[in-house]
Amino acid sequence: MAKLKSIIKRYRVFILLLVANIFIVIINPDLGKKSLQISWKNTIEMLAIIPPIFILLGLLDVWVKKDTMVKYMGEKSGIIGVLLAFLLGSAAAGPLYGAFPVASVLLKKGSRLSNVMIMIGAWSTTKIPLLLFEASSMGLKFTLIRFILNLFGIGIIAYTTEKVLSNDEKSLIYNKALARDI
Amino acid sequence: MTKTMYIIAFIMLSMSFVKSKKNTKLALKKAWKSFENILPQFLAILIIIGVALAILTPAQISKLLGNESGWIGVIIAALLGSVTLIPGFVAFPLAAALLGSGAGYMQIAAFISTLMMVGIVTIPLEISYFGKKAAVARNATAFIFSIFVAIVMGVLM
Repeated sequence: MAKLKSIIKRYRVFILLLVANIFIVIINPDLGKKSLQISWKNTIEMLAIIPPIFILLGLLDVWVKKDTMVKYMGEKSGIIGVLLAFLLGSAAAGPLYGAFPVASVLLKKGSRLSNVMIMIGAWSTTKIPLLLFEASSMGLKFTLIRFILNLFGIGIIAYTTEKVLSNDEKSLIYNKALARDI
Repeated sequence: MTKTMYIIAFIMLSMSFVKSKKNTKLALKKAWKSFENILPQFLAILIIIGVALAILTPAQISKLLGNESGWIGVIIAALLGSVTLIPGFVAFPLAAALLGSGAGYMQIAAFISTLMMVGIVTIPLEISYFGKKAAVARNATAFIFSIFVAIVMGVLM
């Protein structure tokens, strides 16, 4: 019973939204059904993408030692850390919110915050399969201009985010990552 | 790409299994746990996207983002991109279609850039990982950067 209660509590926003959506179906069947169809299609699409990301994440958490992560992506990792973060983000698949659990594991293992932010930036906007897709629908010129600007943009966004945080706020983020099971 | 991810995951998983059964089991447990962690927000986000996309049709979007919509069009595009969450393989054909039906490059660049980098719907999730300040700083900087990308596109395209 207590378990059911905690599940309901965790999923309450989703349940509310689902009820609201069903309500829309009743008052405006076309709109309601269309939205449920889109949600369902997206759900299936995401469920197809997500399993390998989380499996790799679990393996990363179990096998990569903290020392290794600190060495390659930590405070003193320099350009190697930046490049690794960029490649990691660009090679990923899936929506941006899939990057947050990955970020959490990187932080937990001692990766530098700006590198984690670079991974998130690359994940959001320079994913390799998406670039190919962008080029085929928007043209090469548009894609190249955006890609080159993004290379700078990702860095600017990452370092600005790191800069605005005090040391206390940073350690709070690391503590959050440590407290998470993954 | 998804196929590649599955192949990589499978190879890694097999290697891990050969090395240690116990660790592999632990890894899968952790994988499930971290997925279950974001599942509530994830499902909520999917419903929000569904409703938003059902309300906003491509015809409405292209009316808002026409070439003559100018700066206001850029701002509207940037805001639309910030609050919507469309997978890239849907967004790019949509953007190309919008360009075809009269939207401007500046507006489309603002839309695409914020769509990918700024996430208002996902900000509660981002805050739960990075705290309020970092999440707001990242999204705000990404928004300003996207406007800059739009301006450059307006000049170069």
